Amino acid sequence: MPIHYEVTSVTLDEIKNLVSDRAVTGETMLLNMGPQHPSTHGVLRLLLELDGETIITCIPDIGYLHTGIEKSMEGKSYQLAEVLTDRMDYLNTVGNNLAYCLAVEKLVELDVPPRAQVIRVILAELQRIASHLIWLATQALDLAAQSVFLYCFRERELIMDIFELVSGQRMMTTYIRPGGVWRDLPVEFEDAVRDFLGHFPKRIQMYEDLLTNNPLFVDRTKGIAVISGKEAVRWGMTGPSLRGSGVDYDLRKVKPYSGYEQYEFDVPLGENGDVFSRYIIRIQEMRESLKIIQQALDKLPSGPFRSDNRKFVPPPRSELGTSMEALIHHFKLWTEGFDAPKGAVYVPVSSPRGELGVLLESDGGPKPYRAHWRTPSFANLQALPILSEGHLVADLVAIIGSLDIVLGDIDR
Amino acid sequence: MKNHLQTAVDLIQKKYNGELSSFRGHITLLIKSEFILEVCQILRDDFSFEVLVDETVVDYWRRKEPRFQVVYQLHSRQHDERIFLRTPISEDDPNTSSLVSIYPNANWYEREIWDLFGIRFEGHPDLRRLLLPKGWEGHPLRKDVPIKVEETRFTFNNDEIDRGKPRAEN
Repeated sequence: MPIHYEVTSVTLDEIKNLVSDRAVTGETMLLNMGPQHPSTHGVLRLLLELDGETIITCIPDIGYLHTGIEKSMEGKSYQLAEVLTDRMDYLNTVGNNLAYCLAVEKLVELDVPPRAQVIRVILAELQRIASHLIWLATQALDLAAQSVFLYCFRERELIMDIFELVSGQRMMTTYIRPGGVWRDLPVEFEDAVRDFLGHFPKRIQMYEDLLTNNPLFVDRTKGIAVISGKEAVRWGMTGPSLRGSGVDYDLRKVKPYSGYEQYEFDVPLGENGDVFSRYIIRIQEMRESLKIIQQALDKLPSGPFRSDNRKFVPPPRSELGTSMEALIHHFKLWTEGFDAPKGAVYVPVSSPRGELGVLLESDGGPKPYRAHWRTPSFANLQALPILSEGHLVADLVAIIGSLDIVLGDIDR
Repeated sequence: MKNHLQTAVDLIQKKYNGELSSFRGHITLLIKSEFILEVCQILRDDFSFEVLVDETVVDYWRRKEPRFQVVYQLHSRQHDERIFLRTPISEDDPNTSSLVSIYPNANWYEREIWDLFGIRFEGHPDLRRLLLPKGWEGHPLRKDVPIKVEETRFTFNNDEIDRGKPRAEN
């Protein structure tokens, strides 16, 4: 029996109750935007009902990047499932690892040594900057500022180099592991990060010089897609998209994890809730992240970089040749994995896009019975129809950019 | 548990016969699916749980009655509290009430659940598949759909594979 499915477009009958009556009579135009449209930041398809240039309704169609990661995780042991987390939000790979590891640690009650926690914070904040750089690059490119695009990618490369230094991989690091991190930091790490900290503030200033007072940029962002704080909360928006509307909610402050309570930083808040506010917030957040990295680097404690609980964390390589116990633990961990107690945990972290949460349910065995990801892009994109209503098609490009969606994060 | 949350939990336990459980600091209330609309309405209006953070399903396959549990997560920003609600759903007639009228962002979560688990939501304005193509057969996140790659089909084992593979009804 062949599996058969249609990939044809949506018919008017199916969406009759979603568009206005004028679309049925042909008075307004239905236009398909994407999924292969460069400014949809991936494979997002939008069905637009247009009156001239004005958007009446916007119906997002997602799922073009659905890879069934939640299902695949059910078939892998807790350690092995972690590599899948990198593949979801490919601009926040370290953040995904962190969320997943925190969930596993909470489930099995595993402690993380202080050094590992600080390393995690440094990498998560570097990742936040890298993600915001991609956002800034694409947002600027969508609004026809091409040089910013090139500059941002130049700086992002420095962060990618740091990731490569610590983990051997530029993007899919899987460096953070349940119980700590994969291996200790290389000696070059501190200099590389300090070097980055030294000249990145000037670069942020440069982006601001190019954009913040640029009349072309301001005209296309101020007053576009205004959403009130109350409405944003109602739609479940989180992250910079919510804070752009002036709602003070950041999980790093409200529910600190990995020792975020030890660092001093501000949560920037916007005033108008428009595209420009969201732009200012993210620029400010990059500066705050630098502050956190600076503090973390100064206090980086020495000590073990992962837990020595052998039931959940593999023993160091050096012990394998001399200790029978270590060999057994290593073998058991990588063939069977470890059993987690029965129950469900939910761990939210603050990803560059908002609240990223992992719901892990265990049935007592070595594999997650159910792994569900509450992804920030999914929640934020849902508000796109109300954000874009009444705006021009050209502005839609700016609105999508300002939500900072990653389709891998939405479709999973 | 803080006072505010305790009052809410007490009320739901008493009025709607909710079953309270707690694991690693998460407060979970198991309630019947016919009360979910009322309970959410009360939690939103009287206890300021104004955000629906997440809605998903866990499939306990081979347990017939109830086979599924819908997991709702509500968040009160004012008190910074989270509460989990779970409603059991039976295998034979998997449907429950939609929360779209209370939390507008339930829309996509419920479409995703319909798509991947095949649970219907009464009162949902637009219950189409969300992630999979519209002609897709079955609901792949159900536990009876295999995770691993299937056996290669030949003429001699074609029917056998079909027989061994329970497919969810559309």
